[in-house]
Amino acid sequence: MSTNPIRVLIAKPGLDGHDRGAKVIARALRDSGMEVVYTGLRQTPEMIAEAVLQEDVQAVGVSILSGAHNALVPRVIKQLQEQDLAHVPLFVGGIIPDDDVAVLLKLGVAAVFGPGTPTTEIIAAVRAAIEGAAEHASS
Amino acid sequence: MSLAKKITTGDRRALARALTLIEDGAGASERILAELHAHGGNAHLVGVTGAPGVGKSTLMNVLAQSLRARGVTVGVLAVDPSSPFSSGAILGDRIRMRDLAGDKDIFIRSMATRGALGGLAHATAAAADVLDAAGFDHVIVETVGVGQAGVEIAANVYTTIVLMAPGSGDDVQAIKAGILEIADILVVNKADLPGAEQTRAYLRTMLMMGKSAPIGAGIGASAEPDDNHASGWKVPLLTTVASEAEGVDELLRSLLQHRDYLQRTGGIDRRQRKRMRAIVESRLRNRLYTRFLQQVPQRRLDTLLRAIVARETDPYSAAESLLQELD
Repeated sequence: MSTNPIRVLIAKPGLDGHDRGAKVIARALRDSGMEVVYTGLRQTPEMIAEAVLQEDVQAVGVSILSGAHNALVPRVIKQLQEQDLAHVPLFVGGIIPDDDVAVLLKLGVAAVFGPGTPTTEIIAAVRAAIEGAAEHASS
Repeated sequence: MSLAKKITTGDRRALARALTLIEDGAGASERILAELHAHGGNAHLVGVTGAPGVGKSTLMNVLAQSLRARGVTVGVLAVDPSSPFSSGAILGDRIRMRDLAGDKDIFIRSMATRGALGGLAHATAAAADVLDAAGFDHVIVETVGVGQAGVEIAANVYTTIVLMAPGSGDDVQAIKAGILEIADILVVNKADLPGAEQTRAYLRTMLMMGKSAPIGAGIGASAEPDDNHASGWKVPLLTTVASEAEGVDELLRSLLQHRDYLQRTGGIDRRQRKRMRAIVESRLRNRLYTRFLQQVPQRRLDTLLRAIVARETDPYSAAESLLQELD
């Protein structure tokens, strides 16, 4: 296993202005030794995919507290696919009803984290997804 | 097609991949750099440095836009410090550069310092070379330059822009740190804040004093005179309000003037030679030491260290004796 730091991207798509959660997660990931490219607010799906490409990150997390996840996440996934980045694990954090969680997972989202998810759980999930993706790539 | 070849054809994904390999110090990285070298040497390397919070990223955002308006392609390396405790990092410079999104002639890459102390990551110089070989006209490296940290960036680029903000105590830092000496262009940002005019006047005085000081007498000064002092580049002192894009045209003009000046006076060649020499020396140092370690068993080193600590021998003689044993 590489000893180089894991690089991840955290973005807030759409018009949602509540970024405290995203920042808390970003700091937790940093404290666990990851390099977190934090793009801030009002990112379009195109901007997110472009950043994932340029930064060559191993996982991407989007934080959506506005309820617009059903509209935004599929568009993010589509942009990632168009940039040939569908293999990068995508996480969604925010206020997501259970029914919608099932839909998102079916679309290929690696995991959905609701408010109050322990950061240790998030860190473990991100690591596991990255390891899984790496094994998949080398097989 | 090799990764390096793909990069030269404009493949941005390959470029991003290569930057990762170089950052990680992967075995493939030297091969990639070697293959790319012939394609480089065209980009103008620019450094933007200054204390945290003076507005570097905001300024980069408008400066890059200004360059783009002139049809110049731009690669950006934004360097942020790694935590010395966790080794992680928050790389947040993209937040301020949202206006550069969606333009395929701009490429932004964030880098963490990963333990390097000079404000740049060990891989930053190589990363700049990759962006150069990828065909970007300007490569801008942005990093926090507090105190002596700015000196490293100056050694790795052709034009160094030093950013200051009013009232942040930077004036004291300016004298302590040699910041003024590394600046090819000095900028007072946030010029709409109170104290801006005092800061500007203070810096103007410092600049004038610097001119009358002896040249090349400092520690570590190379045998060649510094390009600016040698042939008379007058360091411009500019003011900007980056958040309003004020003063950026003037900054761009100065940047292009300095580039032209260096080209006319052979300064680019001199600085390139300096950079390349530093890379060769660093590689040689690493390789030679690795070879040394391979030849000297750990047991031998441990025995020597025990003897040194027991004051039976000293570290200098010990090093000498190890050297004698090398082929």
